[in-house]
Amino acid sequence: MLRILRQIVRTGLVSEPAPAPDEALRAQAPAIQDEILRLLGRALAIRQVDAGSCNGCELEIHALNNPYYNLEGLGIRFVASPRHADLLLVTGPVAKNMEQALRIAYEATPDPKLVVAVGDCGCTGGIFGESYASCGRVANVIPVDVAVPGCPPPPLEILKGILTAVAARAPG
Amino acid sequence: MRIPGLNLAWKPLAGEAPAARADVGEWQWTQAARLVREGGGRLVALWGEDRRDLADDADEFAVHAAYAVKEGLALVDLLVPAAAPAFPDLSGLFPAAGRLQRAVFDLLGLAAAGAADARPWLRHGAWPADAFPLRRDFDASRLPPNAFADYPFVRVEGEGVHEIPVGPIHAGIIEPGHFRFSIVGEKVLRLEERLGYVHKGIDKLFESHDVASGHRVAGRVSGDSTVAFAWAYAQAAESLLGVVPPPRARWTRALLLERERVANHLGDLGALGNDAAVAFALAQFMRLKEDWLRLSGEVFGHRLLMDVIVPGGVARGFDAVQAARLAAQCDAVEAEVRELRTIFDEHAGLQDRFLTTGRVTPDLARRLGLAGLAGRASGQAFDLRADFPCTPYDALAVRKSGYAAGDVAARANLRFDELLESLRLLRSLAAGTPPGELRVELPPARAGAFGVGWVEGWRGECLVAVEAGEGGRIRRAHAHDPSWQNWPVLEHAVIGNIVPDFPLINKSFNLSYSGGDC
Repeated sequence: MLRILRQIVRTGLVSEPAPAPDEALRAQAPAIQDEILRLLGRALAIRQVDAGSCNGCELEIHALNNPYYNLEGLGIRFVASPRHADLLLVTGPVAKNMEQALRIAYEATPDPKLVVAVGDCGCTGGIFGESYASCGRVANVIPVDVAVPGCPPPPLEILKGILTAVAARAPG
Repeated sequence: MRIPGLNLAWKPLAGEAPAARADVGEWQWTQAARLVREGGGRLVALWGEDRRDLADDADEFAVHAAYAVKEGLALVDLLVPAAAPAFPDLSGLFPAAGRLQRAVFDLLGLAAAGAADARPWLRHGAWPADAFPLRRDFDASRLPPNAFADYPFVRVEGEGVHEIPVGPIHAGIIEPGHFRFSIVGEKVLRLEERLGYVHKGIDKLFESHDVASGHRVAGRVSGDSTVAFAWAYAQAAESLLGVVPPPRARWTRALLLERERVANHLGDLGALGNDAAVAFALAQFMRLKEDWLRLSGEVFGHRLLMDVIVPGGVARGFDAVQAARLAAQCDAVEAEVRELRTIFDEHAGLQDRFLTTGRVTPDLARRLGLAGLAGRASGQAFDLRADFPCTPYDALAVRKSGYAAGDVAARANLRFDELLESLRLLRSLAAGTPPGELRVELPPARAGAFGVGWVEGWRGECLVAVEAGEGGRIRRAHAHDPSWQNWPVLEHAVIGNIVPDFPLINKSFNLSYSGGDC
């Protein structure tokens, strides 16, 4: 126990300030009215869905949960069920074999809901494009609010994308 | 190259991987597998190919098997007539062949004659049962709508037995796959996996790339092993082109591979602690991993090191100042990892969760062909870096680690050992990388030229085989992730354990979904 405490004290606080939202990432005009957004305030529950990614984007989403980015300090957390989520964070070109699961997860997410597509594949289909096995970009399967390019985008870019989505929901 | 007891005409392949290939007939196909099995060798990969495009009158397919034998990688090729598209089943000799053969059928329509399990594996309903995506005459523009099909899971029956279906979307930030648990109380009687959800048609995608650019596809087979696959691809491309990358590139590649190993081990150790309710470990290891990725990003322009390895060499190197930073980071991380290892070792609650959980005995591991890191934790002492060291590993004398306990604790300890060994290697690599050219010019690819790459990634051995077509294109390429071997063993590892230990056991293997489904 003493070692653990010593390690914690020695490490100190490593969290860094959060980036500003980036309106350039917005894929389409905000479809959700301010009035509805006020209902949720700033707290945000995210359900991450890997719809066909190579796992590169997941590694960076994991990194977003490390102490440097202090995600929960911003009121953002990842949840286990789409039924608990305000936002779906979707990666990958949508594999044909994941198309149905992604649709079901989207349907299970309560309104109002936001979708952030992460990575070049999620934005455009990326290197995989559309094929016998791939539906291509996430927007080909479910509506997308914010798209974050990069292969994979580093954690700060993903966080910017999430904050861009959140900014639309901020009260007043 | 030889498989003792079988007289084959081996054709050695150029390049870093010690490999040779030989044509076999049907009887020899089975006999080769049997003799490799009896000689203590292992099945590395199995894939198929449509060869009907090669000549106007060509009317045949082929299946290929890659075996690790004493001298290196032995590839055997069996022609399969289009009129009778079947080949002898190998799953009785190498259980891992079962799913590989099901994938061969889904993609090419070549059946493993006599196999007990002929259920679809990669085909979930995106293409019909009578269409085969890797056939040359497959038309992706004329597919019926995606129709997700039911899958006949094996039912376990008896008093008190019930099922828990999990996935394909899991409860965390994880890749998708389906697990069907049959349980009594909280004890697992049987786990059956259904994977293939992230099948993206990578083998087919290769065929729209040039030999010179296919590394970008290979680097996205499994994002956590992008270096291993890009290097394996580069080896294959260089093997078929007959080029040798400059020494600076070869040393830099090893440095990249070890950095990838360290990054993944740091992440896994944190996640293992977290799954045993030691959240402190996750925060600490993820902090170290973030430092690690940031320096990778600064020096090589990409946090995960994607697209740094290219056929012919590397796209980026490092200078003396960066070498010093890379080495200094190893010192800093080593001090912290040693401290954290002591904390792990002394943490009674954590050890209680780790010890004897998810055991795979060495005997079971040998029979099922458990590969790579998980294999070494179960007495399967194979590591290409030590067994068949290419430059620069031949100058570094990699110390192989191994355990016989085969439980979560062994897989965690192995990661600590390998992490520390990689830090040692990295200091030598940072100091020893010679100056010089980063890459060589690539000559045009000759149609029909074939090459193979074989690299010990952090998870296990990654294989890439490439054959060139006309005009520098890839005619056929195949990437194999060791997760193919290890997923079926995970089904055994959880038997008799309790359901709440599954996430911990699963994480201790940390297999790739994308790598196998690709």
